This record gives sequence, structure tokens and C-alpha cells, in this order.
Amino acid sequence: MRTIDLAQSSLRDLNEDLHRQTDGANEAQWEILNPRGAHAVAVGIDAPIHVDVRGSVGYYCAGMNKKASVVVHGSAGPGVAENMMSGKVVIKGDASQYAGATGRGGLLVIEGNASSRCGISMKGIDIVVRGNIGHMSAFMAQSGHLIVLGDAGDALGDSIYEAKLFVRGKVKSLGSDCIEKEMRDEHRDALVRLLAEAGITGVKPDEFRRYGSARKLYNFNIDNADAY
Amino acid sequence: MCGIVGLFLKNSEMEDQLGGLLERMLSTMCERGPDSAGFAVYGPATKGRSKITLQSANAKTDFAALNSSLTASKNSDAKLSVHDTHAVLTVPTDKLEAVKRMLRESHSSIRIMATGDAIEIYKEVGYPSEVARRFDLAHMSGSHAIGHTRMATESAVTTLGAHPFSTGADQCLVHNGSLSNHNGLRRELIRNGMTFETENDTEVAASYLSWRMQQGMNLREALEKGLDDLDGFFTFVVGTKTGFGVVRDPIACKPAVMAETDDYVAFGSEYRALAGLPGIDTAKVWEPEPATVYFWQR
Repeated sequence: MRTIDLAQSSLRDLNEDLHRQTDGANEAQWEILNPRGAHAVAVGIDAPIHVDVRGSVGYYCAGMNKKASVVVHGSAGPGVAENMMSGKVVIKGDASQYAGATGRGGLLVIEGNASSRCGISMKGIDIVVRGNIGHMSAFMAQSGHLIVLGDAGDALGDSIYEAKLFVRGKVKSLGSDCIEKEMRDEHRDALVRLLAEAGITGVKPDEFRRYGSARKLYNFNIDNADAY
Repeated sequence: MCGIVGLFLKNSEMEDQLGGLLERMLSTMCERGPDSAGFAVYGPATKGRSKITLQSANAKTDFAALNSSLTASKNSDAKLSVHDTHAVLTVPTDKLEAVKRMLRESHSSIRIMATGDAIEIYKEVGYPSEVARRFDLAHMSGSHAIGHTRMATESAVTTLGAHPFSTGADQCLVHNGSLSNHNGLRRELIRNGMTFETENDTEVAASYLSWRMQQGMNLREALEKGLDDLDGFFTFVVGTKTGFGVVRDPIACKPAVMAETDDYVAFGSEYRALAGLPGIDTAKVWEPEPATVYFWQR
């Protein structure tokens, strides 16, 4: 296992080291000590390696991640796993705003709460939040799943496309064009699979309600022509 | 961008460490606001005496002249303590208004940064860690302190445009964000008797809170009313003689993280600012909710 202490070496050196890892890398286990809120920790990995970050991180941790599994044993600042492509990112504490924004694939698990704009413009990423999410989450979310075991804040799923949202607690308000939708077997199956991948047990799919697009904003409504 | 740090001590035994802790917090936020910096320290208050924090672009000559006129005008019980471009003038509270009048009339190149029983404000153009060093923040003590690193957006990079802003006795405010209705609100506040030193949006917010408190509101009520009346982006951290408050606008784009232990409440624009605090590993750390007033008092 490679252990990198950010109190001793620079973030740039760490990320360069991580970027040198490729498929079949010999050093599959990494541990990062003393992140102390540093920005861009473990950004842009493109290899099937495992990284444990021991402490809290700042902006953009594990952004653009491909194939790697990154576990933050602490909380994460804004933009964690932004534009993730594949792999898995787990935050043991809370995540700040726009967690998983624009993500195209992979699984982001937040074991605490996520704040505002969680999953904004998500494009295929799956996000599981054990706690609550803040306002404007899943804004313009295009595809993927956002699963929330706690409550959601104001304007959930505003201007949403085809992402599927599941909330177990209360939703403070739904955004424009976001409605509650029928929970079908395919959705229950997805919930079972993603909760298992997130390591969450004792929670049943029927405890959730599903939300998605009313699809009223996809096409121009001619009745609104007078407004322009 | 801008960076904010704040530390409110619950444990009075830590008061000697206040300046050192705040300096380390401030120095982690230099990149967020490299053009200027400032801080308010609520230091020990002496019964019957008030403090006036002064600033001058020609500190050496201006403060020497002030010292002479204080001696000449039988204000020998006034004490002037110079810190670089700033000085703290301690006067008997019953002579406060007379001394302020004398400053305005005879020493117009000296600016009053703050007045109160406990507050001292220091702010300058320059890299934040350098500004802290110039004023020797590390050796200041007190009950609470608020610091700011500025990346200017709404008005010029000047000493007076730096934060904190103080518009009432022992009050101060720092701001990350920008207000969109500050011009209209400034005109309204001027009609209500408030005065302004700059074109800065943050000064309007500070003045607004002072005005609300003049009307009898406490800090918490003033901040709650501010959520209705202030439009724009803001994370504010405010101080009064005994209180410390935090509020974010309803959209809450501007970052904020807080930590609380039995010894202190701390605010940082980022976790980096809190990472060096004692006991942070076991502190309660959270992100303040949008449109929610947080307030501590001792």
C-alpha cells in the first residue's frame, strides 16, 4: 500500500502519482493522510485502484473519477465527484454543495447529508445519500438515479429531464416540471441494486417515493406564444 | 470570491490564544481574497473607558500630531496605542463624543474605523498574511474575532473598502458575495439618518443592521429582517460586544462551514480554515443552512 502524507508532500505530486496509475497497476491500495480540507484531492484518476482519504477534503475531491474507488473518511467540500465517469466515491461524512454535479457514470455514496444542488445536471451517475439533501438538487438532471434516505429541500428536480429521483423522507417542494411518479418493478429493482451497492441494509424500496419529469418543458407550448 | 474566518470563544481561558488562532485561520484563506484583508478583535473592555480605532494614510505624522493635541487639550487620560497604519485611542466613555468631535474638526485626515467598549478593527490593502503580520494579530487577545480576505467585485481596492465594516458601537460585519439592491437601500438608509463612507455594498448591509438595532431589534432579529430586505448573494458574519452571528442568503452559493466544541464556535469559508483549530477532529462540523440565522452570545 502506498501512503502519502499531505503534511509532507505536495498535492500536485500526489495527483501526478495517481495519474500515472493505469489498468493493472501494481499499487492498487493508496492512503492519503492529512488532507486538511485541501482542494482537488485525487482528481482525475483513470485506473482501477482504491484510495482511502483520512480526513476532510475541500473543493472538487475525486472529480472526473474513472474506475477508481475513493473513500473520504471525513466530509467533502463543494463539487465532490464532479463529472465522475465511472468507479465509486464514498463520503463518510457530509458533502457540501453540488455533489456529483454533471456526473456521467459510477456511484457516489454520501453517508451523511449533502447540501444544495446535489446531482445538478447529472448525466448518468447514481447518487445515494443516507441523510438529507439541500435545495435545488437534481436541477436539470438528465439521467441516472438520485436516492435519498432522508429529506429533500426546496425545488427538487427543477427542469428535470430523465433522471430518476427517489426520496424516503419529506420533500420540501418540487421544482418546475418535476412530479411524483408511479413506482414500478423496474424502479424497485434499481433501488434494491443501488442500495446494496451503497452498502445500505434494512431499507425497503417501498419506503421511497419516486419523482421525475412531467415532460411539459420538452416542447414549446403554443399557448405560451403571447409571452414572447 | 473572498474568504471569511470567525472565532467566538466560549471558554474564557482561551482568550490569550484568540489572535494566534485567528491569524492561522486567516492565512489559509489568502487565495480567496489576495487584494486586502482585515479583522475585528473584541478585546478586553475596561469599565468606564471606550476605544476608538483610528487609521491614517500618513500614520506617523498624523498620530504624532494627535498625541500633541491630546496633551495640549488636557485629554491626558486618553491613551494612544499605535499599530502600523492604525491606532487605538482609549478614552473615558464620558469624553468619547468630545474626542470624536475633536478628531473630525482638527484631525480630518485620520479616519475612525470603529468605536466601542471592546471592538478594535484593523484592515489594509495587501496580502492577508502580510496584513495580519503588520498589525501583529498573533498577539492579540479577546473573546471573539472576525477576519476577512477580500477579492473586490463591487467597489475599489482601498483600505476603506476592505472588511470588516463597522457602522455602530461594537458592531462589525464581513461579507462574501455581492448585493444587488445596495444603491436603493443606501438612499433609504440615508433618508433615515445613516451616513456612509464608501460606495461599497457591504457597508450598506452593515449600516442596515445598525439601523435595525437602533430601532430596538437585537442582532438575531435584525439578521432575520435582513433576509427580507437584502437582495443578492451573501454570507455574513457579524459581531457585537457579546454576540456572534452568521447568516446566508436563500440560494447559499457562497461557501460556509462551521465548527463547535465546548470551547468555541468557529466559522470558515472552507474547512481549511478550521483544520488547525484545537479539538477539530471531535468538533461538531456542519454547513449552515440557507436563510437561517445562527447566533451565539456570552
